Amino acid sequence: MSEGLVTISYIVATILFIKSLGGLSNPESSRQGNYFGIAGMAIAILATVFGPKITGLNSLLTILVCMTIGGSVGVFAAIKVKMTEMPELVALMHSLVGLAAVLVGYANYIDPTTGFSGAEKTIHEVEIYVGILIGAVTFSGSVIAFGKLSAKISGKPVLLPGRHFFNLALLVGAIVLGKWFLNIEEISAGILPLALMTGLALAFGVHMVMAIGGADMPVVVSMLNSYSGWAAAATGFMLSNDLLIVTGALVGSSGAILSYIMCRAMNRNFISVIAGGFGTDGGTPAASGSAEPQGEVQPISAADTAELLKEAQHVIIVPGYGMAVAQAQHTVYEITKFLRDKGVEVRFGIHPVAGRMPGHMNVLLAEARVPYDIVLEMDEINEDFPHTDVAMVIGANDIVNPAAQEDPNSPIAGMPVLEVWKAKTSIVMKRSMASGYAGVDNPLFYKDNNRMLFGDAKKMLEEVLTHLKG
Amino acid sequence: MRIGIPKETYDGEKRVATTPEVAGKLQKLGFTVAVETGAGAGADYSDEAYQAAGVEIVADAKALWDSSDIVLKVRAPDIGRGEVDLLREGGNLISFIWPGQNPELLEKLAEKKTSVLAMDMVPRISRAQKLDALSSMANIAGYRAVIEAAHQFGRFFTGQITAAGKVPPAKIFIIGVGVAGLAAIGAASGMGAIVRASDTRPEVKDQVKSLGAEFVEVDYQEEGTGVGGYAKVMSEGYQKAQREMYAKQAKEVDIIITTALIPGRPAPRLITAEMVESMKPGSVIVDLAAEQGGNCELTVAGEIVVRHGVNIIGYTDLPSRLARQSSNLYSTNLLRMLEELCKTKDGIIDINMEDEVIRGATVIKEGSITWPPPPPRLSAAPAKPAVAAAPAVPKKEGFKLPPQVKNGLLLGLAALAFYGIGSGAPAAFMEHLTVFVLACFVGYMVIWNVTPALHTPLMSVTNAISSIIAIGALIQISSPGKVLTTLAALAIVLTSVNMVGGFWVTQRMLRMFRK
Repeated sequence: MSEGLVTISYIVATILFIKSLGGLSNPESSRQGNYFGIAGMAIAILATVFGPKITGLNSLLTILVCMTIGGSVGVFAAIKVKMTEMPELVALMHSLVGLAAVLVGYANYIDPTTGFSGAEKTIHEVEIYVGILIGAVTFSGSVIAFGKLSAKISGKPVLLPGRHFFNLALLVGAIVLGKWFLNIEEISAGILPLALMTGLALAFGVHMVMAIGGADMPVVVSMLNSYSGWAAAATGFMLSNDLLIVTGALVGSSGAILSYIMCRAMNRNFISVIAGGFGTDGGTPAASGSAEPQGEVQPISAADTAELLKEAQHVIIVPGYGMAVAQAQHTVYEITKFLRDKGVEVRFGIHPVAGRMPGHMNVLLAEARVPYDIVLEMDEINEDFPHTDVAMVIGANDIVNPAAQEDPNSPIAGMPVLEVWKAKTSIVMKRSMASGYAGVDNPLFYKDNNRMLFGDAKKMLEEVLTHLKG
Repeated sequence: MRIGIPKETYDGEKRVATTPEVAGKLQKLGFTVAVETGAGAGADYSDEAYQAAGVEIVADAKALWDSSDIVLKVRAPDIGRGEVDLLREGGNLISFIWPGQNPELLEKLAEKKTSVLAMDMVPRISRAQKLDALSSMANIAGYRAVIEAAHQFGRFFTGQITAAGKVPPAKIFIIGVGVAGLAAIGAASGMGAIVRASDTRPEVKDQVKSLGAEFVEVDYQEEGTGVGGYAKVMSEGYQKAQREMYAKQAKEVDIIITTALIPGRPAPRLITAEMVESMKPGSVIVDLAAEQGGNCELTVAGEIVVRHGVNIIGYTDLPSRLARQSSNLYSTNLLRMLEELCKTKDGIIDINMEDEVIRGATVIKEGSITWPPPPPRLSAAPAKPAVAAAPAVPKKEGFKLPPQVKNGLLLGLAALAFYGIGSGAPAAFMEHLTVFVLACFVGYMVIWNVTPALHTPLMSVTNAISSIIAIGALIQISSPGKVLTTLAALAIVLTSVNMVGGFWVTQRMLRMFRK
């Protein structure tokens, strides 16, 4: 296959990738979109493999073996993964992209056949340097994110003293090493600063994600998504390959937009999320004591909950991370189905940052066969709460906290929230009275029209279901 | 302790203080329960039903009163019928008492060294809502008032167009939007009438509207919210404007339901004889304040009278007319009260005067009159947060640039960076940069169209796509050198995990999304 044909194939692949992302604008076209993506990838790989750059049967064989190994692992993981574990899987995959970018960067650097000189050589080396840097940060950051999401590492933010200076020192170190790296002519000598920089970048990735807490994970996961894209783009520059640049840019901007959406949904600044910790820029959570909620919470039994649901006409269910933890989505669907068959209008209200990654709740509900047209976004459903008889909150806390609207001194003030307290009755399912991620007490629990259903979400929902059917 | 429920002695009183269901729950609190025979008959609860709930049936009122540590009643004990004498020395009584209107009763009860909790004195705070029997009864009275009105009224409530002609909807005017008023609005609009309502407290306007009624305002500036969410007496000017409004409404509407009460005072006279005269023949007035003197001048307590062709209903026993429902709610209120009194669930009550709710309800504690209670602490959420918040306000704001300056700086930096790149970089790099920047914009446009429901598949598919980095490894697989080949091979393995796994799991997820 000639160079021209390869380029044409790459253009086709680019178009297919764009169409693939475009297909995700609604669930109908999304499946087709995924096929476009697969086709694009297949065309790009085949064109490269049979292109002029790869010679000899040996190479083809190596590629075949490598892809078979990797592919089988991928298929295995994709089949095995539980939908509640999607954030972990995505984080893990980001780390692979990052690591691959690092390896490709090194391979490109030690490749003797590139033959650049002068300004082009400098630019090429900068590209290698930057590509490896981003790749390494993505890799170590994703590994830590994976650890946090799968609870192998504590979800609490780890805040080192003087951590901003530490980050700054790492940045300066990377620049100094870069200067040193560019001044070296010999490839064998250049490996040293490159390796040192890789170490710094890895440390930076670890440190950055360690400082971020559990509920900020949606931002982190989408940010790492974005990084993996930029890493691909940097590799594209390095190899002068437009396909990689375009694809990297697509992925990078996708992740960046997701991060932006997540930050907006928490009313937080991207920088402050990345800088780590919660409430470090305002009063500490303890300072919110000024508006100590008053009154007592009113518990409710599963039987009474079933009674309320039976008599309701409009029900909105607000799921949160707790539903994912308890694996309660299937029971939720059973209840939904039962009520819908009885003519009760049941809908779901999804907060953008519910769960641990963007769209987490939607996937879980889809897995439980909840039809997507009754799963609505926060902006779509918020105005319907006053006409709702029962709003059920399952394992969510901060995203339904009225303090965000009512108490200007609350650490979460201004964050858009689902206004469940406007429903005639709200029922909050929770394991205990512990406060949410933000450490803010939730005045919702003390409202007159709120009832607390204590216990494990799945167990309690099953009881509710039994009472409904009984 | 033993709880006794005597049969109500007041004429026509059909309610009973405890239903069999609640009796069962009382036993779970550790009490034993006894009921006078026939006590539940008026509310359609048979002795057998009580027995089935494990309640002892006592044939004789005296034996019941004598053997009970706690007596639960609906109406206040009647001095004339000797109920006070029946109460055991040192016993406990929980019922409606109306201590303001019945000072003599209070004295007599105190003489017997009893403890008495008045259900009508439960403070109006959110914590005590579940034992607010006044609200429960008012709710029923409001509903029943509409039913009584419908019974007397000679027409449909709802408007209809029939083969035999058009029926206009009834117009109902409700004065006083408390619990009873709201219940009346709900019942009347449920039956299809056009409902209007007025109240001196402007904050009820939204509640009225939420029930589908129209709020009629008095054309005068004054706010009428008193302590504890009840209404207060209004000024002379306001009252004049109010009378004009009532007079106007009386000419227009078919039914007036009045529920205006001010705590501890006779009911305000709102509907004059002239207003009644101006109403259409066959109209109905239901006066829920009849027992306290009536909101209408012509009301006769306990009766229906016809004046100037208008039926004026002055029933004072509206809750009793829905005996089963009101017994049900009232006994639940009593149950909640006993739960408060017996937190240990061991069947022993503790009248804890430190507890705001119990303090408010207790009118006699072991023979000493404790009524009236100290005024309730602030009604709803107090203004306290605002005061306490003040010192917390100075957040570490830091120095912030005005947005214009900030944007200008950013723009300048960007321009400088582009200038730097443009002047120094070789042509080949510029081509790639063009592609890169354009691709970013394409990505920006495309991604904003992605529905939030599909954000997780978006991440997994972009993940799969970003394994395009494999191409970088592929083209180096044929390069010379073992290290180089190994690195490339390793990268191919990693990226193909991503590539295949990413697309696969995306497909798996997308297949789950269904209508």
